[in-house]
Amino acid sequence: MPYRAPNLQNSLKRFHSLSEVRNELAAGTTSCRQLVEYYLGNIERQQHLNAFLEVWPDEALAQADAVDAKLAAGTAGPLAGMVIGLKDVLAYAGHSLQSSSRMLDGFKSLFTGTAVQRLLDADAILIGRQNCDEFAMGGSNESSFFGPARNAADPERVPGGSSGGSAVAVQADMCLASIGSDTGGSVRQPAAFCGVIGFKPTYSRISRYGLVAFASSFDQIGPITRSVQDAALLLEVMAGPDGMDSTASQREVPAYSQQLTPAAHYRIGYIADAIDNEGLNPEIKSALETQLDILRGQGHVVEAVDFPYLDFMIPTYYILTTAEASSNLGRFDGVKYGYRAADATDLESLYKKSRSQGFGAEVQRRILLGTFVLSANYYDAYYTKAQRVRRLIKDKTDELLRQFDFLVLPTTPTTAFKIGEKQDPVSMYLADIFTVQASLAGVPAISVPIGEDSAGLPIGLQVMAGAFREADLLAFAGVLTEEVVA
Amino acid sequence: MSTDLGTLRGLAHLARLEFDATREQQMLGDLNNILDFVAQLEGLDTTGVEPLVHLSQEVNVLRDDEACNTVSHQDGLRNAPRKDSDYFRVPKVLE
Repeated sequence: MPYRAPNLQNSLKRFHSLSEVRNELAAGTTSCRQLVEYYLGNIERQQHLNAFLEVWPDEALAQADAVDAKLAAGTAGPLAGMVIGLKDVLAYAGHSLQSSSRMLDGFKSLFTGTAVQRLLDADAILIGRQNCDEFAMGGSNESSFFGPARNAADPERVPGGSSGGSAVAVQADMCLASIGSDTGGSVRQPAAFCGVIGFKPTYSRISRYGLVAFASSFDQIGPITRSVQDAALLLEVMAGPDGMDSTASQREVPAYSQQLTPAAHYRIGYIADAIDNEGLNPEIKSALETQLDILRGQGHVVEAVDFPYLDFMIPTYYILTTAEASSNLGRFDGVKYGYRAADATDLESLYKKSRSQGFGAEVQRRILLGTFVLSANYYDAYYTKAQRVRRLIKDKTDELLRQFDFLVLPTTPTTAFKIGEKQDPVSMYLADIFTVQASLAGVPAISVPIGEDSAGLPIGLQVMAGAFREADLLAFAGVLTEEVVA
Repeated sequence: MSTDLGTLRGLAHLARLEFDATREQQMLGDLNNILDFVAQLEGLDTTGVEPLVHLSQEVNVLRDDEACNTVSHQDGLRNAPRKDSDYFRVPKVLE
């Protein structure tokens, strides 16, 4: 018998989008203060899900009052009424930031990152900091120093990761939207496990200033929402050039939220090897095939395509991301901020003991692998080799995305697995098999819920589009969710 | 390919990590499993394929180089595990 979330004792109903919220705010049937109280109540009642590491009730209520005043005065910004949670990898001045790690014990950010500042400038209400895998490394939220977040569909199961707490918070109605980060699927995979929408924009579309770095040629900030419209609106607010991040694209930001009208006919490719993959859960395969039939019925062209690199994606991804991580995480030394071991005797033992006690096992594994592939004897055989394979994967993906408007594939090979079920690192890594392609190629991808398996666990469908084609991708995702979200 | 305890210890030193005997064996086992797994790439011919280093098409996006203090001395020390009024404190470096 699948777990069902308890009926929430509250006068407010569940909102699925900001436009629903805005309608009620305009009608005077609710206020931002009431919204915040509603979400705070839901957080309080569902603490067993371990979605939030920290909640900011006083600030959120004060911000709610300020936004209510702006709404009354007609000066409110585009996100007025949206209550948002932040994954614990995003810098917010004066607030704790730990990447769910002991290594950043006690750290408070000195500044606010660009994406978060843009949310605040648009009158969003920030309600708290959300649990995730340590330094965003993991696919189950189990590597968090603060223990796993739990899937609200079945609390014995993982919510996915690394943005696990962020997905659960939207799933269990603790906020309307969450902002996560996606390096190899960390927004899309937990969204699929939790039955919500997870969206990774094109690499470089959103500034990473104020995002704790994991693998810099992959990392991208992305929203987790209950509606495509909210994903579009959040992208529109957060995207764009930034003087603090030279890797942020200079391209103009379209009004994504105004461009959600789909075309009548799309060309859709699906990767045959992904659907016929023996590791794919038959119920996910069947749900996906049903969706493809629906799309054919709507008059879209749906064709199988060959993608010969499926087995090479996870190895390529792990070599490159661990190399980048070993370098990015070199800054954590116990000297200037964060955790410091008490038993150090000299500077070298200060570094070694602080890092060994401060980082968890998965982070240490990845630092070691990254150090290995970057070491002089193995650099060409592993690191350079993986960079070459990345080009093959990217070129082939780009080529397919010129032939087709979209590529469709499962978000995950299985539905949410049990906490503690995957002990072997490699089997955990394989859970990312379908999400790393968009990360390796740097293209946008979205996961939308398309139903549940027989145990009541959510199933996600993933769609990829060409670089900077977010407007088309979101319009198409709207077609899919219209079919499936009640 | 498979690596040995000596290599693992060298890597741990480079990464400024240390393990006790039990953890060392676990890490060695995990590292070797992962290296076996990623060795699949050897089977793919990449002759003539240039390594992909930068994902963005945009190069050298630079703003004007204007000097400014974004973090005050006091704020810079705020998160330090040990400090005095001016400096981060660490164990003695010179005897």
